[in-house]
Amino acid sequence: MNRRPLFLIGMLCFGFAFFYIPILSMILFSFNDSRLATVWGGFSTKWYAELFRNDKVIEAALLSLRIALISATFATILGTMTGIAMARFRRFKGRTLLSGLVTAPLVMPEVITGIASLMLFILMAQWLGWPAQRGFTTITLAHITFSMVFVTTVVHSRMIQADVSIEEAAVDLGSKPWQVLRDITLPVISPAIFSGWLLAFTISIDDVVISNFVTGPGNTTLPILIWSKVKLGVTPDINALATITVVIVGIGVIIAGTLLQRAEKRRLRDERMAYRDNL
Amino acid sequence: MPDAALAPAPAQTPLPFVRIQGVTKNFGTFKAVDDVSFDIQKGEIFSLLGGSGCGKTTLLRMLAGFEEPTAGTVWIDGQDMTSVPAYDRPVHMMFQSYALFPHMTVEKNIGYGLKHEPMTKAQRADRVREMLDLVQLTPFAARKPHQISGGQRQRVALARALARAPKLLLLDEPLAALDKKLREHTQFELMNIQDRTGITFVVVTHDQEEAMTLSSRLAVMDKGRIMQIGTSTEIYEYPKKKFVASFIGSINSFDGTVSQITGPEALIDIPDLGSPMRATAIAGLAPGQPVTLAVRPEKLSIGRDRPEGANVIRGQVEGVAYFGKDSLYRVRLPGGRVLSVSAVNARRAGEHDRVADWDDEVWLAFAPSSAILLTE
Amino acid sequence: MTARLSDWFNKRGWAALIIWLPYIWLVVFFLIPFVIVLGMSFATRTSTAPPFGFGGEDPILNLESYQRLFSDTLYIRAYLTSVGNAVVATVFCLLIGYPMALGLTRVSSTWRTILLMLVILPFWTSFLLRVYAWMGLMGTNSWFNRLLTDIWNALTPEAWEIAHVTMMNTNFAVVLVMVYSYLPFMILPLYANLERLDPALDEAAMDLGSRPLRVFWDVTLPQSIPGIIAGGMLVFIPACGELIIPSLVGDASSPMIGRVISDEFTSSRDWPMASAVAVALLVLLVVPLMVYSYFESRANAVKATKGAP
Repeated sequence: MNRRPLFLIGMLCFGFAFFYIPILSMILFSFNDSRLATVWGGFSTKWYAELFRNDKVIEAALLSLRIALISATFATILGTMTGIAMARFRRFKGRTLLSGLVTAPLVMPEVITGIASLMLFILMAQWLGWPAQRGFTTITLAHITFSMVFVTTVVHSRMIQADVSIEEAAVDLGSKPWQVLRDITLPVISPAIFSGWLLAFTISIDDVVISNFVTGPGNTTLPILIWSKVKLGVTPDINALATITVVIVGIGVIIAGTLLQRAEKRRLRDERMAYRDNL
Repeated sequence: MPDAALAPAPAQTPLPFVRIQGVTKNFGTFKAVDDVSFDIQKGEIFSLLGGSGCGKTTLLRMLAGFEEPTAGTVWIDGQDMTSVPAYDRPVHMMFQSYALFPHMTVEKNIGYGLKHEPMTKAQRADRVREMLDLVQLTPFAARKPHQISGGQRQRVALARALARAPKLLLLDEPLAALDKKLREHTQFELMNIQDRTGITFVVVTHDQEEAMTLSSRLAVMDKGRIMQIGTSTEIYEYPKKKFVASFIGSINSFDGTVSQITGPEALIDIPDLGSPMRATAIAGLAPGQPVTLAVRPEKLSIGRDRPEGANVIRGQVEGVAYFGKDSLYRVRLPGGRVLSVSAVNARRAGEHDRVADWDDEVWLAFAPSSAILLTE
Repeated sequence: MTARLSDWFNKRGWAALIIWLPYIWLVVFFLIPFVIVLGMSFATRTSTAPPFGFGGEDPILNLESYQRLFSDTLYIRAYLTSVGNAVVATVFCLLIGYPMALGLTRVSSTWRTILLMLVILPFWTSFLLRVYAWMGLMGTNSWFNRLLTDIWNALTPEAWEIAHVTMMNTNFAVVLVMVYSYLPFMILPLYANLERLDPALDEAAMDLGSRPLRVFWDVTLPQSIPGIIAGGMLVFIPACGELIIPSLVGDASSPMIGRVISDEFTSSRDWPMASAVAVALLVLLVVPLMVYSYFESRANAVKATKGAP
């Protein structure tokens, strides 16, 4: 029993080194004074200053944020509806097709989704006259479609774990279906809805490939901007941008982790309380 | 005497309170409930008893309105409820899993159904207080379901179902999730609450002891059909079908034929026992008819000496299980059959001076009036 | 009237609403685009805008693009490169991810929470920036490259001395960055699977005389096959269609299939050809997906029979 954990712990160390050495190196070089992004030339924060002076970056970041907020919200609404429908309605016309439609985007290569959506938008513009221009609208539509199925997955798995009888109990006590939805189902699955939203948000704000296809002239999201810069090579201001991202995400994850741990502690305390008062 | 504040509105018609007529429920090709008809009287605790898959839960769900019958009618308090949706029925249910709303406090759970009543806030709060008091949970009103024990959760579920004063309360395996000690206590509590509120209870259970102690009448179900309806005593002492006799308690049964009928008694030839046995006759019995004679283990007497009278069987003790207040003897007959005999340990005895011991030759006997004759 | 409307809504309408609204959305914005791709693959390239038309010898089923798919070695090479890179990346993810996932089940619960967070953290950061991080390390002037060069030169005879290690713009770089990017997708399902295994089984096997390695081989590994398959699919499928990684760190002379689709579509403006390549890629992915769903449904069936009351 002694040898194996040593090997496993060694692998864990190796794995985490593999995960974090590139990121730490990137953070370190964001404070590099040299223009050459890979050669150390002394400490400096000038790349951060440059980043915040760059209107293009700020503009792209704001566009990405707007698209992500709107598309995540709509994706959550549509995805939650689908998740509930798939979990609660066993039989309806076209159920098989729907279950295909909510799994296919999960495994569809982004390139294909990208060109497919672009062709749709071009043909729609030609035949229907809408959307007249590609950009904010088309990216948002594509992101809603692409990320709603992730919300569906999260909500659906929560729904099938949930005890159906609590919804039946509400019906039994006189609530009509939509009241049950409002009073019972949605509050019970709200953590799943929230994580679905978060997932949709990060998918949207991180997406390059699909956005790159369906966007139009002048509508550059942050990932598209980074992509076009990075294609030309490593630059120090991207290091700075990456560092900011890592710090924001890191803080978010730490807060989430702390909250989870606190919830776990509260649950343990509640259980002890229930046990103590057992009559 | 039912408490006026807790009781439902008085019955409006002379019809039986609940009438189930010709109800059938199919799931695809599977007949979950097969042409069932019976009545339930007001104020009863009526149990549906059967193994899993016998259709008892489906029947309960049709009373609640979660399933619509494929055929047949359900009347509750004189109204045809067959296609009334669950949310419009004056029927509430206590779920097996209790189905408490996890995001609401005990108080909110109990008050949930009252939101649909034309009541003021104060009236609603009063009613919730009354219910908390009824199930003795007032100190826990502000807790969430996961912060209270299993027994308390069961009482919240009960209070929630009772809060709207339903005409009919459905209880799905009400005691199954409780441990043994709590179960006995809760059983009496349920009976007590039924007594105080006067609400008609319909209980689904697979536990025969629970059904027998709790209910005023019970229906034994098998494969979607009602096998027998009656009081606990009727079901236990006078089963009408072999299924009922063997499902409730344990029983020794023998196949035989009626050889002659003399007055109230019939003489049955039983190949396994050698000599003919006497039993109280049932209606419609004719000589030559095949019949099953059944005797419950506690109706057999056991002893080392041959008793006087009829229905005497000789055998050898093959095993003894000692339960404290009584013992169960397994007795092998000369023909090879093994019978179960239960005897109360009325007298204190050591290991070796019991009524009978391993390998002892013993005599068994039963009164003709204790024998059950079954033709189907 | 209003009463009847709300009655309808309660009985049927609300179900219809939550089913059909998202349904229609997915049909319009996901299914129809795919029908377009499929139809487009049978069209002919024209110089009009949009650049396609239906005509030629067979006006409905024009197989020209599909013929080119098999006659031009560019496409076949691209498929082979894609599958090859994806398989190698999946194998390495498994070799690194399996011990890590198993290790995560063996550490104390406090450490486990922290380490799991550390596995998930890169996943929440930008994909693009994770690729970018490796570009910084792999460049010829980077400290990492010089470190590798020094190690190589110290360990090998002088005649083999090199100035730097060539990593950027090779298939090696593509596989390395894929392993880096997709490793969490391998670790998380494997961990979820391994964590559910009953440790009593290990103890039982050991009690019956098996040595630790034997226990792993006989008890742990067979039970973790569903996790291996789930993780493998999560790595293999996106790796096959990957566009960003090969275009940033890959060898432009042997492109992967995603790059080919993108180039045909944007640079050559050959929509029919891009669509045909895309359809062929989908066919390629259907096989592993069917294997996956077979295992999935079997696992669910097992769960259903075990979970039955």
